[in-house]
Amino acid sequence: MKKLFFILFFLSSFNTFSAGSKIDIPKYDWSWKGFFGTYDRASAQRGLKVYREVCAGCHSMNYLSYRNLGDLGFSEDHIKAIAAENLILDGPNDEGEMFERDGLPSDKFANPYANDKAARAANNGAYPPDLSLIVKARPKGADYVKSLLLGYVDPPEDMTIPNGQHYNKYMAGNLIAMASPLSDGLVDYDDGTQNSMDQMTTDVTTFLAWAAEPSLEDRKRMGFKVILFLVVLFILAYISKQQIWRDVKY
Amino acid sequence: MSSNDPQGYKKTLNSPYTGFKGWVDSRLPLVRMMEAEYLKFPVPKSLNYFWSFGGIAMFCLIGLILTGIFLGFHYKPSADDAFDSVERIMRDVSFGWLIRYLHANLVSFFFIATFIHIFRALYFGSYKAPRELVYIFGLTMFMLMMATAFLGYTLPWGQMSYWGATVITNLFSAIPVVGDAILTLLLGDFTVGDAAVNRFYVLHWLLAFAIVGLVVFHVITLHMTGSNNPSGSEPQSWDETVSFHPYVTIKDLNATIFFFIILAFILFYYPNILGHSDNYIKANPMVTPAHIVPEWYFLPFYAILRAIPDKLGGVLAMFGSILALGLLPWLDTSKVRSCLFRPVWRYCVLLFAINFLVLMYMGGKPAEGIYVLISRIGTAYWFLFIFVLAPLVGFLETPRQPLSITNYLRSKKA
Repeated sequence: MKKLFFILFFLSSFNTFSAGSKIDIPKYDWSWKGFFGTYDRASAQRGLKVYREVCAGCHSMNYLSYRNLGDLGFSEDHIKAIAAENLILDGPNDEGEMFERDGLPSDKFANPYANDKAARAANNGAYPPDLSLIVKARPKGADYVKSLLLGYVDPPEDMTIPNGQHYNKYMAGNLIAMASPLSDGLVDYDDGTQNSMDQMTTDVTTFLAWAAEPSLEDRKRMGFKVILFLVVLFILAYISKQQIWRDVKY
Repeated sequence: MSSNDPQGYKKTLNSPYTGFKGWVDSRLPLVRMMEAEYLKFPVPKSLNYFWSFGGIAMFCLIGLILTGIFLGFHYKPSADDAFDSVERIMRDVSFGWLIRYLHANLVSFFFIATFIHIFRALYFGSYKAPRELVYIFGLTMFMLMMATAFLGYTLPWGQMSYWGATVITNLFSAIPVVGDAILTLLLGDFTVGDAAVNRFYVLHWLLAFAIVGLVVFHVITLHMTGSNNPSGSEPQSWDETVSFHPYVTIKDLNATIFFFIILAFILFYYPNILGHSDNYIKANPMVTPAHIVPEWYFLPFYAILRAIPDKLGGVLAMFGSILALGLLPWLDTSKVRSCLFRPVWRYCVLLFAINFLVLMYMGGKPAEGIYVLISRIGTAYWFLFIFVLAPLVGFLETPRQPLSITNYLRSKKA
């Protein structure tokens, strides 16, 4: 435990040093930017496929339920089918036994590991972070996530990469425990979209952005109405103010 | 009616109203009070929009309490559940995202309003006699606000919550002899953990309502003296005043709506811009964030804390910076209130405001090299301003003759 603490402490202080050499994260054009931005449903649906076939092997999404996928335009039956593909540990039943059953739409996304320790044990001691909030939990958000996925390039020649680490030009400190998860054509898209690296990283980032902030579309819609209302109210209040103060003589 | 006649004296307390209003008012003189203090209350007619920020701050406080109540219905104060319950509010509670983002962003706007409010008090000399107590109650509220905001920021139990709480509560250990005992008492444990979240939650509520209590005193003292105004001159006749309603109410309403349009823009389009992305990572005592940064409104004081190379000294300077401001009414020796008529002090106050912003920037930078040096200069100016410039400038400067309210308004129109 103590050892782990020092390792993590060392790693986190490593970040501090590397923060000096500034890493420029490229900016991308996202469908949900702007005043009326919405998540590109088709892209997010493809992103879910990328998540389920690639990321979900190691990364949990603990704050999402299968029912939430309705927001992305999946039908109820489709959601039931997606949920049922996962085994969920439930119980205890009346006999006091834990049992496994097919997932239901009301279940949270199934966790790839039984617990954090199991996750570390399976990944050389590195913990694959939960992805539910990853886009909000990193500075530069979606731009960073997509960049990171595209950031696996050949390391500089004078750099030795420790065992179990990988070079990534956008990771703080340039070392990351995760190997490049995606490669061209890795995930087959049902809708015939070109499954290039660029497309897959955009799709999975769109999905993760939705997962981190599912209320974004409601928020932006409401924001427009609220601001419009306040502006009209302000105009009326301003006219009233001029009217009321008109008889104040200097 | 003689003053020895108790019935006659009581008659002076009789309500001027009849009917239901009179019935209530003769038993609870609230109607009379409201009429005297919020309808007919005379206010200098020369107030500018700087005077609206007190009211704006009050609206922010009301908004924080209302949204806080609804958040409290769903929030669970424990190290295990806090983060998850906040996510539940964001995802599953009807309009939970709205209530939480409102609460989180209203605090920032409360501080913006309060900073401007305090600047106005300094620039136009509102702290000077006879309004010293208005000012002191205000500063007390400001300190309670900071405590409440700090406690509130720990509650979502993200990485910054946890590590911010660890760093800030650790300041108490700088107190000689009893420091560690106080820290343990405060945390309910030897480290920041489950017990701490629970009591921080209780204290967050308690202090919020303590602020409401102080608002009452702030307003009572203000209504004893009446508002200051840009000219710094007291009204000489009814002619130089307007009634609180409708003149001030409509003006403040304008300012408040305008302020809330800006709030709405941030709230609905950049709700996380004033927060820190690390706080969307659940608290983890094993992982220290690369930079532990407090909320933006603490940054000037954080810069002062780090400017002093000694821990206890830093803590004293940080708390002392606000306490020292409380001495200003007695340290400022000038007879003239408003900076409009004080050619030297005016620039001292403006520099104080700029210095505040510089310190805010420095507080967000790592404590190294040039940043520390500038923080030290800024900290030095802070105390120089209060303890040296205030008495000295008041003594040496030759102020212009302050204009009366009427003449001030005429000069502005000309």
